[in-house]
Amino acid sequence: MTVESEYNPDADRIMAVSLGPQHPGAGHFRIKLWLDGDYLVRSEPDPGYVHRGEEKMGEYRNYIQNVPHLERPVILDSSNILLPYSLGVDELMNSTVPPRAQYLRTIMSEANRIISHMYFLGILGIFVGHSTIIEWMMGDRDYWIDFAERIGGARVTFAYIIPGGVRNDMPGFAVEKGLKTCDWFDKRLDEYDKIFFKNPLFLQRTEGVGILRAEDAVKLGATGTVLRASGVKHDLRRDEPYCAYDDLEFEVPTLQTGDSWARAYVAYLEMRESVKIIRQALKKIPPGPVRLKLGPQPRVPAGEVFARTEAARGEMSYHIVSDGTPRPYRLKISTPSLKNLRVLPHILRNAHVADIPVIYWSENLWPVEFDR
Amino acid sequence: MTVPVGAIKEVSMFLRDGLGFDHLKTVSGVDWIAKNEFEVVYFVGSLSKPGMEDFVISLAERVPRDDPVVPSLVDVWVAADYNERETHEMFGINFQGHPNQSHLFLPEDWNDLPPLRKDYVSPGR
Repeated sequence: MTVESEYNPDADRIMAVSLGPQHPGAGHFRIKLWLDGDYLVRSEPDPGYVHRGEEKMGEYRNYIQNVPHLERPVILDSSNILLPYSLGVDELMNSTVPPRAQYLRTIMSEANRIISHMYFLGILGIFVGHSTIIEWMMGDRDYWIDFAERIGGARVTFAYIIPGGVRNDMPGFAVEKGLKTCDWFDKRLDEYDKIFFKNPLFLQRTEGVGILRAEDAVKLGATGTVLRASGVKHDLRRDEPYCAYDDLEFEVPTLQTGDSWARAYVAYLEMRESVKIIRQALKKIPPGPVRLKLGPQPRVPAGEVFARTEAARGEMSYHIVSDGTPRPYRLKISTPSLKNLRVLPHILRNAHVADIPVIYWSENLWPVEFDR
Repeated sequence: MTVPVGAIKEVSMFLRDGLGFDHLKTVSGVDWIAKNEFEVVYFVGSLSKPGMEDFVISLAERVPRDDPVVPSLVDVWVAADYNERETHEMFGINFQGHPNQSHLFLPEDWNDLPPLRKDYVSPGR
């Protein structure tokens, strides 16, 4: 005689696990995971733990007061989150920013891109068990922070790019320091390639892991490094040039495989291009004023604008609605991390548990950036 | 471009299939409290059509504040998923046909007006 067991293998073998929000590798963010043994069945991102209401705060402050708090969501990439805001307000006010300020905005934005990418690659390295690269990245990143400090005056949150130009001019010695840093960094990049990207252990952990196809990337709204690693050549610096990018020569690196390795390597290749851009910009920068006199409470004519730029993680855009008062009527911030977050459950499908941190970090998500 | 709520689905289908607008950038909401209206704006760009990369179209619709129901465009652009969820929780706009309108950023037990409405006043203001 056989006894029918009440054990239901289909339902009971699925285990629901929460990754985060206190997990040191997930940031202030949770992913709900449904696991079948060692494999992922379904996942659901659960953001919101660091939501600060930046958009509501923006409605209470005037256009200049908004500058310092708007860079808080991405302190790693603080110039790039302010750039589209400044471009948007400039467009609403119909003001022409002086050419020297355009170059300074470009230099600062590229320096920030390098700072952000180095942090990303360092963290990705530590999650695949490569502890050398995080030491190297964190150490070398400081030289770029030093360079940015000479221009912006602060080490992390510069509040440098403001409506009407940039906050202050760059001191003369920053050019020399910048060119030196570029030369040194070019040599360093070759070493990263050898120790990290061509490392068999790193290749084993990341190649073919978390594949995102080009058509899915477009459909799911991916942007930035995630999009370009899947073979879609889209970079606003080239497709819709702003600031000084039109005068400078650079490539848009694209890879075809769309796996975690490609997402990391695209960021690496982008750093090379950023060095090229900074070097050219430092040599070409014209003299002149760096900001327009707007006063502490500029009046912005009524209107609506959608401004976007290529930040370190992808397309950063603002939808600013002005009703003619000194404060924005509506300030919608659209960050690249939120766009790439929608991709995460898709590329996590059927992943191995051990691959979850690799896939998650290869996307270069930043929880505070999508929460705002 | 502002379209009536009833036509937004057909217009968005045409934009995607006919004109190649396949990359949704973001969904924004605006509370026009003086006119008693909500505005929902979709910003859509194109990646697959060469030469259209620098072009973004804004597709807007307006609904009365008392009965804010609009069709969800998730089945047109999957990328609208989280953006519509955010607009739903921040403005209280109901996206009909959206698979999951639970809170994305707000706490699950949020018991107040949707915070980006103009009649919601932040604590301490």
